[in-house]
Amino acid sequence: MTELTTAPKLTAKDFASDQEVRWCPGCGDYAILKAVQKTLADVEAKPENTVFVSGIGCASRFPYYMETYGFHSIHGRAPAIATGMKLANPNLDVWIISGDGDALSIGGNHFVHLVRRNVDVQFLLFNNEIYGLTKGQFSPTSRAGTRSPSSPLGCIENPISAAQLALGSGGHFIARAVDTAQKELTATLKRAHGFKGTSFVEIFQNCVVYNDGAFAGFTAKDKAADMQIHVEHGKPLLFGKDLNKGLRIKPGALALEVVTIGENGVSEADILVHNESDKMLACLLADMNEPEFPVAMGVLYCKPGHIFEVEIRKMVERETSHATCNLNDVLRQGHTWTVGDDD
Amino acid sequence: MTRSAQTTPPHSASRQTLESAVVRFSGDSGDGMQITGGQFTLATAVAQNNLSTFPDYPAEIRAPTGTTFGVSAFQINFGSRVIKTAGDEFDVLVAMNPAALKVELSGLKVGGILIVDNGSFQERNLHRAGYAEDPLKDDSLKAYRVIEMDISSLTQDAVRDCGLSKKEALRCKNFWTLGYVYWMFDRDRQATIDWLKTKFASRSDIADANVAALNAGHALAETMETADGLQSYTVPHAPNIDPGLYRTVTGAEAMAWGLAVGAKLAALRLVFCSYPITPASPVLHTLSKMVEHDIVTFQAEDEIAAVCAAIGASTAGGVGVTSSSGPGISLKAEAIGLAVSAERPLVIINTQRAGPSTGLPTKTEQSDLLQALYGRNGECPVVVIAARSPADCFDMAIEACHIATKYQTPVMVLSDGYVSNASEPWLIPDVDVMEPFPTDLHQEGPCFDPSIRDAVTLARPWAIPGTPCLEHRIGGLEKSFETGNISYDPANHQKMTDVRAAKVGGVVRDIPDQRVGAGKDSGPLVVVGWGSTFGPISRAVSNLLDEGLAVTHVHVRHLWPLPANLGDLLSGFDRILVPEMNSGQFIKLLRDQYLFDAKGLNKVTGQPFKIRELEDAIRTHLEAVQ
Repeated sequence: MTELTTAPKLTAKDFASDQEVRWCPGCGDYAILKAVQKTLADVEAKPENTVFVSGIGCASRFPYYMETYGFHSIHGRAPAIATGMKLANPNLDVWIISGDGDALSIGGNHFVHLVRRNVDVQFLLFNNEIYGLTKGQFSPTSRAGTRSPSSPLGCIENPISAAQLALGSGGHFIARAVDTAQKELTATLKRAHGFKGTSFVEIFQNCVVYNDGAFAGFTAKDKAADMQIHVEHGKPLLFGKDLNKGLRIKPGALALEVVTIGENGVSEADILVHNESDKMLACLLADMNEPEFPVAMGVLYCKPGHIFEVEIRKMVERETSHATCNLNDVLRQGHTWTVGDDD
Repeated sequence: MTRSAQTTPPHSASRQTLESAVVRFSGDSGDGMQITGGQFTLATAVAQNNLSTFPDYPAEIRAPTGTTFGVSAFQINFGSRVIKTAGDEFDVLVAMNPAALKVELSGLKVGGILIVDNGSFQERNLHRAGYAEDPLKDDSLKAYRVIEMDISSLTQDAVRDCGLSKKEALRCKNFWTLGYVYWMFDRDRQATIDWLKTKFASRSDIADANVAALNAGHALAETMETADGLQSYTVPHAPNIDPGLYRTVTGAEAMAWGLAVGAKLAALRLVFCSYPITPASPVLHTLSKMVEHDIVTFQAEDEIAAVCAAIGASTAGGVGVTSSSGPGISLKAEAIGLAVSAERPLVIINTQRAGPSTGLPTKTEQSDLLQALYGRNGECPVVVIAARSPADCFDMAIEACHIATKYQTPVMVLSDGYVSNASEPWLIPDVDVMEPFPTDLHQEGPCFDPSIRDAVTLARPWAIPGTPCLEHRIGGLEKSFETGNISYDPANHQKMTDVRAAKVGGVVRDIPDQRVGAGKDSGPLVVVGWGSTFGPISRAVSNLLDEGLAVTHVHVRHLWPLPANLGDLLSGFDRILVPEMNSGQFIKLLRDQYLFDAKGLNKVTGQPFKIRELEDAIRTHLEAVQ
């Protein structure tokens, strides 16, 4: 007991490995790395119990920089690797680090099923709306019209909405943050870590080389206040420099609209109050895009449900505690016959 | 039928003694032929005959009634001598409808017994089977001893008092037929009656009806025997069987149980990750019923997720196993490479089927050997072993768990549709006396040194998440031999490539020397086989040895690395014949490794080799060298 209480508390630095970080200077990944390391220190995570699993892409180098267990796997498959780890040892604290191509294109199937099963992991999607490591091709979150080496005339595909996909897959925890908004990002990561089940966090991450400024429309200093809304459970959905703008249900439609308090007879009482466990509201919030709407940040949805590996463990423990036979017995079940020495 | 020396003349009161017989049950896929065959197998095992079975069913779950592509068959070869295959030609063919007759008749021996349900030979069924004329009414069956009965109506009569609908009553006709065949071969009905009562515990009317049908078929056979001289047979106990407790086992069951026992001997949790695919799924089904033995099964969203979850499980300290058939193994290739690079244990079961692509899902082939050996990007060696029979799957699965954990490497176990579905009697082993191989998990700090390798096995230490002070990172990028960190150094890549190859090559230390299966250690001709061709090759070779021909059988279970003495052993023969159910894959390996001018015998029909095909080929090659 004494030992436990006197053990020095780990700092963010203690979670940094001795490996030189090799992202491009100015990459949003640096900010996320810092926030994750701080989060682990703040929640007093045990390095030996923590595992970072990634696929392929710029973001997927992340585990090398963490002084924890790590697995840099293959493209898109981190959710499957992580699921296997939790099946073997449900007590591990597993973080999946993925990018928009890794999670939503080549690994889209695994993403859907991880979320559906509600495996207890933190899933951080570094969404930069571009393929960085392969030098700048459009990604499944790139906006229509994106010009890239593989779409020189402009991308004609529509982007996928990660948060909506996660909700549609039966996700139980859906959050969003911006890479450089350290305070809010860390707070969101702590919520994600505390949640039991798949906690999905989409982080808008700026790629300085291939897609610089992709999110400037809502992250630039002069735009952030008016183009982001920071949702908080139980609080009215207000935003804007003067917190005088808000969201309400559009009269006569199942849709949101932006209103200004004091204009057209709108008062604060008309503004929707955020309810984390309201899936319909979460869907509407996730669907808001600039410039018509502010982009929703924070915990959009949080509603605990059955956890995959916990349910499996429960089933195994129930069955093993009632075990009626050993493996030798299994081999002898059904019809058997004896051949005697005299036969 | 193989008659023994003491054949007794047929008369109503006595049975003719047979050394062995081949019976094939065939009918529509809804006729319950697999259950019928399974029950006949059980009764035959209880009668202490040696046996081998071959379920041959269509890929369609319920193909349109009466069609030739919907025919489902179950073949059993049984006898008092050693039985090694399901048999070539049938002595008895049961055809429940015209389509079954159309598809199966060519396999019936001239003079063989044909049992047909003429109640199903109406014009519509004849037309669907492609018969212009009713074959029961012309001379086309005169080469056979035909027993035609209206089984459909006889069954309905037999179950009339059981209160079933007409449809339910007709479903009993397979048990009526089974009762008939039971009488022919003097099989005891009790095990089947017990099985029916357990199976239909909640529908005693159905259980009673099937028992009534079984008994009625049996009784009619007994009566008919006196009427028209139908022969009846007895197949005595097989002599020289090792004493002990026996059961029948399919390859899929043996594989599943071997994995469970392998993990237990390694003192680790089995995490079995699979995606449903024919014909590999029965392994998943068998293990899914074993939750009480702390076995976790995971039905993944796809093949890639299945192998990746198995790798994750191994990384976290379990025995990660994935199982599939050829198309699924193709999808897993990249992840198998990851396990090679990350140097973590992984067992991959490949129940091969006919390809390419979707191929023939329910038909057998051994055409994934080259994929197993080489089907990955980069220099990517894995251990490859192959089961030779249903029961052998048990031993191979245990061996795979042992090698994978000891050497921290992927091991692929090759089975195939034939081995997996077929069954044979099995002397049940005692798990409690098996030698455990507990895994040496790395526990020592103060920090992880990935350059430590076992001096003998070259395996890296297995430090699993959850162990304090040993935090480290693994992955698919090339790593420094010294530090385990990412390295792009050219010389290091060469060194790591060599070490990975040497590690897998070193598994040869745990592989027994290759022995001769039958015949002399040198001579004019050796027949080299692997996998499920074991049965037909060993029967063909032993038949020819009995004739005094100079031929040797060598069966290889360890395909990579190969047994250390294989090259020396084979060099003692003038000619090497390699029969394979592919276009020549193992032969490429033998030529490559030893520069032997081996000869192939190749077949890709989706069907196992017939003993006669092999005998003919062996004779031809013997003539060529002598």
